[in-house]
Amino acid sequence: MARLKLKKIEEYLQCVDGFVKPKILLEQYPTPPHIAACMLHHMQSQYEDLEGRFVCDLGCGCGMLSIGAVLVGAHFTVGFEVDGDAVDVYRTNVQEMELANVECVRADVLQLPQTKWAKAFDTVVMNPPFGTKHNAGMDMRFLEVGVKLATTAVYSLHKTSTRTYIQRKCQEWGARGKVLAELRYNIDACYKFHKRQSKDIEVDFWRFDVSDN
Amino acid sequence: MKLSTYNFLTSMAIKGVKVGYPLKLTINKKEVVETEFNATFVERLLPKLDWSAIYSAAQVVELTDDIPAVQPENIAENEQLMQKLHHLLFEIDVLDGQLECPETGRVFPITDGIPNMLLNEDEV
Ligand SMILES: C[S@@+](CC[C@H](N)C(=O)[O-])C[C@H]1O[C@@H](n2cnc3c(N)ncnc32)[C@H](O)[C@@H]1O
Repeated sequence: MARLKLKKIEEYLQCVDGFVKPKILLEQYPTPPHIAACMLHHMQSQYEDLEGRFVCDLGCGCGMLSIGAVLVGAHFTVGFEVDGDAVDVYRTNVQEMELANVECVRADVLQLPQTKWAKAFDTVVMNPPFGTKHNAGMDMRFLEVGVKLATTAVYSLHKTSTRTYIQRKCQEWGARGKVLAELRYNIDACYKFHKRQSKDIEVDFWRFDVSDN
Repeated sequence: MKLSTYNFLTSMAIKGVKVGYPLKLTINKKEVVETEFNATFVERLLPKLDWSAIYSAAQVVELTDDIPAVQPENIAENEQLMQKLHHLLFEIDVLDGQLECPETGRVFPITDGIPNMLLNEDEV
């Protein structure tokens, strides 16, 4: 598939349906289409990490990043998602956009490193659960899995407040991390019933180079 | 589920399972979709393929005329075989069926094209 312009990618991603009844415990909010389009466009234009690549999307939800990756030129993308309702929306989105090279496996991301998926992919993308009281540090566990699954690079979003910690951790895992952009976005606004007192959170867009692992 | 994905799926995470691979594939319903052939992509995938699993998948979809039982040497130089491999791996979409753990018999259903590899807490 020919590569699309940034604006076109965003337009397509606006058609990706979101979670029907988002589950707060699983931190189900889609990456906003504008942010997703900018991230994916950057991965290709600056690092050539998508075109022709084998891509993985951890915690793929309704498929925003999986579908975006393929629109930007990924040859094949596999998303992993634990929640059956999200998987249903993913499938519908992929069908409606008539994409043959995106697919989803229902699985727990945390169990993937001990499987044959280790080092299977070129590029791993994710918008991980940031981790709330119930699952503190979940984003770091996702990231650690990503580092084990990719051979070239891992792209992820993390709260800016954890930047120093992430820098240290990724070195322990043999990955070289770099913050590509600082974003602000409003997670609460993604939950229809939770409009009061919502405020933007500061998020870093990271690239982790794992090519030495 | 494309057969390229089948190549990577295991039941290793089940408590007590040693290898958990290859899973026994049963297909009730499949579809053939056309996708772009990318020789470099298939070539780069070769070292990650388990030929015995690939061949058993070829048996299930009755493509053993196209896919040899043993991986030939210098396969990347054989454009025709690479195209057939592409067809097997990326153009056959399993819509309904199941994957069975070779050691425990635990069944993972494939529904509407999506394999469900989730395990219960007491299985891991
Ligand atoms: C912040 S959302 C991102 C969704 C989607 N990737 C996107 O960018 O729009 C995080 C997703 O991770 C899923 N998730 C949470 N824990 C998981 C786990 N252990 N294994 C697989 N998926 C998980 C959630 O159900 C949710 O869909």
